Formats: sequence, C-alpha cells, structure tokens
Amino acid sequence: MSIGLHHFLFVSLLVFLCGLFTVLTRRNAIGVLMGVELILNSANINYIAFSRYGGGGYDGQVFSVFVIMLAAAEAAIGLAIVLGIYRQFETIDVEATDTLRG
Amino acid sequence: MSDPIAVGYLRWIILAPLIGAAINGLLGTRIQKAAGKNAIAAIAIVPVLISFVLALNAFRQLLSLPADHRFLLDSVSRWIHVGHLRVDMAFWVDPLSAVMILVVTGIGGLIHLYSVGYMHEEPSFWRFFAYLNLFMAAMLTLVLGDSLLTLFVGWEGVGLCSYALIGFWYKEWANASAAAKAFLVNRVGDFGFIVGMFALFWGLDQTGQGTLVVREIAQRAHLLDGQLLWGIALPTFITMALFVGATGKSAQIPLYVWLPDAMAGPTPVSALIHAATMVTAGVYMIGRLNFLFSMAPATLHVIATIGVLTAFFAATIGVAQYDIKKVLAYSTVSQLGFMFIAMGVGAYSAGIFHLFTHAFFKACLFLGSGSVIHALHHEQDMRHMGGLRKYMPVTFSTFFVSTLAIAGMPPFAGFFSKDEILWQAFASPHGHWWIWLVGTITAGITAFYMFRQVFMVFFGEYRGAHGGHHDDAHGSHGAHHGHAVHHPHESPGIMTTPLIVLAAGAVLVGFLNVPGGLGGSHRFETWLAPVLEPAHEAPVHEPHGLVKKVEHAAEETLEHAEHDPLEYLLMVISVLVAGGGILLAWLMYVRGKIDPSFFSDAWAGVPYRTIFNKYYVDEIYEAVFVNGALGLSKMLAAFDRVIVDGIVNGVATLTRLVSQADGAFDKYVVDGIVNGVGAVTMWVGARARAVQTGHIYSYLYAIVIGFVVIMFARLL
Amino acid sequence: MYAALFYFIAGLTVIGALGVALSTNVVYSAMSLLAALVGASGLYVFLAADFVAVVQILVYVGGILILTLFAILLTHQIAEIQVSNRSVGRLPALGLVVLLGLAMGAAILRAPWHVEPLAAATPTTYGIGDSFLNQYLLPFELASVVLLTALVGAIVLSRKELRE
Repeated sequence: MSIGLHHFLFVSLLVFLCGLFTVLTRRNAIGVLMGVELILNSANINYIAFSRYGGGGYDGQVFSVFVIMLAAAEAAIGLAIVLGIYRQFETIDVEATDTLRG
Repeated sequence: MSDPIAVGYLRWIILAPLIGAAINGLLGTRIQKAAGKNAIAAIAIVPVLISFVLALNAFRQLLSLPADHRFLLDSVSRWIHVGHLRVDMAFWVDPLSAVMILVVTGIGGLIHLYSVGYMHEEPSFWRFFAYLNLFMAAMLTLVLGDSLLTLFVGWEGVGLCSYALIGFWYKEWANASAAAKAFLVNRVGDFGFIVGMFALFWGLDQTGQGTLVVREIAQRAHLLDGQLLWGIALPTFITMALFVGATGKSAQIPLYVWLPDAMAGPTPVSALIHAATMVTAGVYMIGRLNFLFSMAPATLHVIATIGVLTAFFAATIGVAQYDIKKVLAYSTVSQLGFMFIAMGVGAYSAGIFHLFTHAFFKACLFLGSGSVIHALHHEQDMRHMGGLRKYMPVTFSTFFVSTLAIAGMPPFAGFFSKDEILWQAFASPHGHWWIWLVGTITAGITAFYMFRQVFMVFFGEYRGAHGGHHDDAHGSHGAHHGHAVHHPHESPGIMTTPLIVLAAGAVLVGFLNVPGGLGGSHRFETWLAPVLEPAHEAPVHEPHGLVKKVEHAAEETLEHAEHDPLEYLLMVISVLVAGGGILLAWLMYVRGKIDPSFFSDAWAGVPYRTIFNKYYVDEIYEAVFVNGALGLSKMLAAFDRVIVDGIVNGVATLTRLVSQADGAFDKYVVDGIVNGVGAVTMWVGARARAVQTGHIYSYLYAIVIGFVVIMFARLL
Repeated sequence: MYAALFYFIAGLTVIGALGVALSTNVVYSAMSLLAALVGASGLYVFLAADFVAVVQILVYVGGILILTLFAILLTHQIAEIQVSNRSVGRLPALGLVVLLGLAMGAAILRAPWHVEPLAAATPTTYGIGDSFLNQYLLPFELASVVLLTALVGAIVLSRKELRE
C-alpha cells in the first residue's frame, strides 16, 4: 500500500494522543509545555498533509508557519512564567501552585 | 530622463565603511589590544577614503555626461518581488545624490580624522569608530538607494547609529535617556514616513503602476492627480505624511526636542550626525521627491510655515543658552528651518545649497567647539570660558570664519545660500513676504547669538577658574579631575587640520552658486536642474499682490538677465540686519555698553525665562504625552480590574443566584413532592462549585471528557 | 524504499512522542521531544513542504527546545534534587486517551476525505512568502505584534525585580 493521506493522519493522531497524555499526567509545568508542543505539532502535520493531498495551495503551509510562530511565543511566555512560578514557590509542580484556588 | 548608465562600483561606496564597521565592531577589542588605537583609526578611515574617492569618481563621470543623462545605476540584486511590488537592491547617483555623497564622505572623512585626536583617551575607541563607520554606511544607503524602501533602510540605519552614538557614554543616565528620547521621537516621524510610503505605493497601484523606485515614481506621479484618500487629495496626504517623517529626522517643530539633548554624544558625532549629515536627511528626502511635493501646494505651505517657525523659535532659544554645544544645537535646528523654508517655497535647489554650505560651516563650528571643550577638559559652560583667542589661534580663526558664514556675512558661504532662500521666500510663487520678514529677523538673531558665543568664548579674559564641571556626559574621562590650574592649549594637528579645511570650505563653497545679480551664474542650481524643478515653474497657487512682478523676476533670475532692484534691496537689508545683530553682541559682550540683564530683566524677566526654559516644550510634552501614556495604561488597568473582573465575578454571582433560585424553587414550590429532583440539583450545585478548584487538571479533564463524549455522540 | 523511509521517520516521530509522554526524567523527555520534532520535520519533507520543514528545525529545535532545556536546568538545583517528572493519574488518563484515540481513528477512517492527485513537488518558499504578503498580510502583521508582545512579556516576567 502506497503512502497516502491516512498514514499521515494516523501519525498525527498518535502524536496528538501522546501529547494529550503528557499534558494530562505530567505535574511538571515544563513537561506540560512539552506535551502542548506535541499537540501543536500533530496539528501541523495535519495542516500540511491536507495542503499536500487536498490541493489547497499554500494555505495549509502558511497556517503551519503561524502555528510554529505561536508555539514560539507560547514557549517564551510559558517558560518565563514557569521561571516566575519557580522563584515564587520553589517548585514547578502545577498542582502545588493553587494559591488562586476559588 | 534617459536610461541609466550601469556601473558596478557604487555599491563599494557603501560596502567599504560597512566592512570597516564590521572589522572594528567584531574584532575591535583584540585589534586595539594587539595593534593599538592607530590601527583602529586606520581601519576606520581608509574605507571612508575609498568611499570618497569613489564618490569623486562618480562625480567626475557625471560631469563627463550631458546634463540630462547624468544618471548612474548599480543594480546589486533582486530584493523584494511580491505581488505588484518590485524593489531591488540598487544604488544610483544623479546630480542630487552626487552632491550628498560628496558631503557625506568628504566631511565624514574629515570628522573621522578629527575624532582620532578628540577621542584618543577613550577606552572603547574601537566601538566609537565602528559606530561611526556604520553610520557612514547607513547614510550612504539613504542617499544612494534608488527606491524609497532602500532609502528607508538607510533612514532607520542612521537613526540606530545616532541612538548608539548619543548614548555612547551610556553609563551616565542622562546620556542613555537622551539617546532613548532621540530614538523614540524619531519613531513618531518614521511612522509618518512609512504611512506616506504605503500611501504612495497604494495610490500608484490603484492605476496598476505601483512602484517605490524613485525614478519610476517621477514618471508616474501624475497618475496620483485627482485621487482621494479620506477626502484628502492623495498627493497632499502622501507628502504630509512624508513631511512628518522629515520633521522627525530633521528636528523640526514639533519633533525637534531630541536634537538639543542629542548633544550628550561625543562632539565629533554632533558635528557629523547632528549637524552636517543625518539631520539633513529630511531635506534630502523632500528634494528627492520634489515632483511630488510640487503637486501638493497645501503641503508646501505647511512646510514653509513649519520651517520659518522652527527657524525663529530655535534661534530665540539659542540666545539664552550657556552650553557651547546647546547654542550650536539650536542653531542647527534653526538652520534646518531655513532649509525647510526653501523646500516649502518650492526653491528646492536653494534648500539643497544651504544644506551643502551649512554642512561645512556647522561641522567646522561643532569641531571648533569640540576643540575648545577638549582644551578645557570637558568644560562646556561658556561662562567659564573667555579669552581663548590667545591660547587657541587656529581654533579661533576657523570658528570665527564659520561664524561669519552662518551669520550670512558676504562673501562667506552662508551669505549666498541664506540670501538665496530669503529671496526665494519673498519672490517665489509659493512664498510670502511674512516668511521673508521672519526669516530675515531670524538671520539677525542668528548673527547675534553666534557672535555672543564667539565673544563669550574667545574674547575678554579667561574665566576658567576651573572648579571642574565634569558632570556633563563624560564619565569615562574622570581621570582629569586632578587638574587644578590649567592653561588651555591648542589642539593637536590632527584636529586642527580638519578645522582649517572646513573653514576654507565655509569661505569658498558659496561661490559655487553666486546669483546672477552678483555676476555669477548659479552653477550649483544649474547642476541640480535636471533633478529639481526650479521654483518658478511650479503652478501658481495663491497669487498675492506681488505675484506678477515677482514671477517675472524669478524667471529672469534664472536666465541671468537684468535683475529686479528689489533683490539687491533685500540683500542689503539682510546683511544690515545681520550686521546689527553682530554689533549688538559686540556692544553687550565685548564693550559691555549694554548690560545683558537689560534684556533678561525686561518685562519682569518673563520673555527671558521663557526662552531660557526653551518655551517649556519638554515640560509640556512630559505632561501631555508621557503622563498621558501613563494615564492611559492606568485607565486600561482599571478597565481590566473593574469591567473584565466584574464580568467574571458577575458570571460567578449569576451562577450562584441561578442555583439559589433553583434551590428555592425546589424547596418551596416542589417541596416534598419531588425531593429526589431537589437532591439532584443540590448534588449538581455541589459538583459545579467543585469545578472552580483552581486546578488545571479538573478543567483539562472536563475538556477532554467533553470532547470524547461529543466525538462518540457524533460517530455512534 | 519510499515506504520504508516513511515508516522509519513516522516511527521516529511516534517513538519520540511516546518518550515525551512516558519518560520519568524530564531531561529525557526533552531529548525525546527533539526526536519527535525532527521526525515531524522529516514528515514535512515527505509532504513536499520544504520551507516549513526548515522552519520547524530552526524554530523548534534551535529555539523552543533549547529554551525548554534552559528552563529545566534553571528550575532545578541539579546536584541536590533528582530531576523529577512526576506523573499522576496515569490510568484514568490512559483510558481517556485510548477512548479518544478510538473515536478519532474511526473518524479518520470514515470521513470522506477530498483527495486530489498529487502535484509535482516544487519549492514552496516563494509561494509562502507571496501568501504572507498578499492574502495573509493582516495575520502576518498581527503575528509579528504577538511575537513582539511575547518577547517583551517574557523579558518582564523573567527578570528579577529591578526596582526597590
């Protein structure tokens, strides 16, 4: 069987599930951020696969570049926040930082 | 305009200083340690010399061509080709940019030379020269760029270098904040420039002819006629926006406030960037796009008005300053105002000519003041100077010559250029007699404050008791605090040679454009004629009383025919006014016949205090813009706190109310009958409250579970 | 050969992702993330998206991953405390993820995807640049504003208090 759209979608699905699992189980804020990166990457694989097989021109690729850009912004801010939390609480366990709990 | 002549060397005019900057910037510390400061200086000066030689070559090549074929183009590479936008990295030389590159490389080279002497004690010598070379590269990009975008690259580049050099001694808070001020004020102007550039491209693109290449804009500018943008004629909109850019870079009202503060930088920088070259970029840009500005008479009126107001107000501020460099800074603002007057009355070549002569005498004045500051070990207050004529003869004579030039005394350079502007302000169809009147008065004030400076610094007795005013900007020179009694000394040859050359220029360059009325032939104007429209060809907008006669006269001026006696009369008047200013300064500061306090105390000292405090403009800006921005952010914070948080809290309260109402409904209406339902409601309420845990995971699980449920609901 | 290469790269990606999810050491997680990101970039090459593949390497591997490693090293006194990567509630999460995976897998198989015949792979950089400056100009400019804001925000958040 030649490589088709489904193959890429399944790879993307697996990456997404791994990312989701990471986000759900990690208590380390940096680990959570890594899970988010995985999820974003799986979305990107989809975008580009659809743009390749769906004949959508450059739209999918343009959006994947936007996603990468946002991931960069998110990583910068997220990690800065993590550092801030660390200075404040001496830990980056996301369950321990529930001061704002309502 | 005919096809350009392709050449390959123009890029090296820019690349040479860029390479110098790269070497000194990247390897400077090591070179300085290993080979000493002279090696750094050589690395910096040789590229400028190469640029100058290449510029001369371009000039020579232009001269060998017929007047309307004077146009060299060096296409380096494709740059941006997107949509209808086609911008290449290409550099061109035409008569206008030829004048500019000669000024930039020539005067820039002299100032490089001078800096070797002036900065010799500076520990980060290499950094200074790296910035200086980088500035040269950026300024030459600005001048040589064949499209507005390339010009803008240089425009931003010079702004960056100006920032770096104003804050060169960045350890002093005052210097760093002056640099930031210059940068921020320039941003305001740059915004206008960008908007103008976009509007220009957009307007041309409407007709399918979009371009940013200057020579193509020149051919297609007529297509803008009749287009409207927000109800404003498009040429007017574009030129107004571009003029906002020019006011930022060239320090005009209302964006001039950064230039006096920029004097915090080393004096050679003040001479090169904040007097001779960068600040004239706005004038150059208007000259470059003169065909556009001629299409927008309304903008021209604004430019002339802003120019004359700036010239006048800056000159009055200059009268009350005591810092030797601040006086020169305000005089620069004022002279730039004169250039804008010329641009605004459509006398573009007169404006460019004043730019040209001003570069010589103002650079000489700044370098002279630097020589004085150097000799007095960083004393800048003129009240602690005096009598330096005896100690520093070369500095004195060059400074004096340049002062005569700026005061507009014949036959020095400033006389020819300033007189041309004043005459055009009067006679051009875009001009008006009141512009001439204020301009002439300003010329008188200029003569007064410049000679006040000369008399305070060089005449009388030396007042330098030397307490040590080291507080201003020169932290790295703290080693000099030890000097007790010190006799000023003449600066070394490497500093005085540039002074002599520039002073010679201040005497001689005026003769390049002797008006026909004095037996000359307007050589400079003829040279620029293929690029700049002469004033009298511009459409007459608002004819006023003199217009018939005046138009006639202006035409004759160009044809070197018989002259209106009015021109001679105005010439004599302006020389007399300038002479009056000098005489007043002499009476006040040399003979002491008139006590300066006679003026400073007049009308209870209010006018004096106002100009001494620079019309309180900095304070007004502080109050309006700085505090305004702070107030706005406080308002936004309050919005966030009250409205956004309010919505959030409101939703929470609403939820609680709803569940309370729900509970009440259960309790009182369905009480006892459907206890089970009530229990369920209670249960949901309790769970719903538990949802707001602050735990990310609760939310996350909720999202994922919801998603799974939806997926299955859809699939099954 | 083509298929083998695809399966190799896809395997690299998925195994990397699994490593991120399951590793007990956060530094190993980060290294696995590297494998997953490089693998994704390889997939982009398979999909004829050369520009995105390069951007993926430059931004993700060169930027985001390095940043992550820095954050890991800055937030642990390496010598004293074991670099923890505690996970809790693995079982419910696993169940949820499996359920979701089944649902989405079914969706992938069932959906009537619109597939066009593959065009020849051509360089994409020009086209993407053109799209950015024409069709997607406004998002593009907004993106730069977002990046700038993120930059400033990151600096403000991560600096130590300057005043007082």
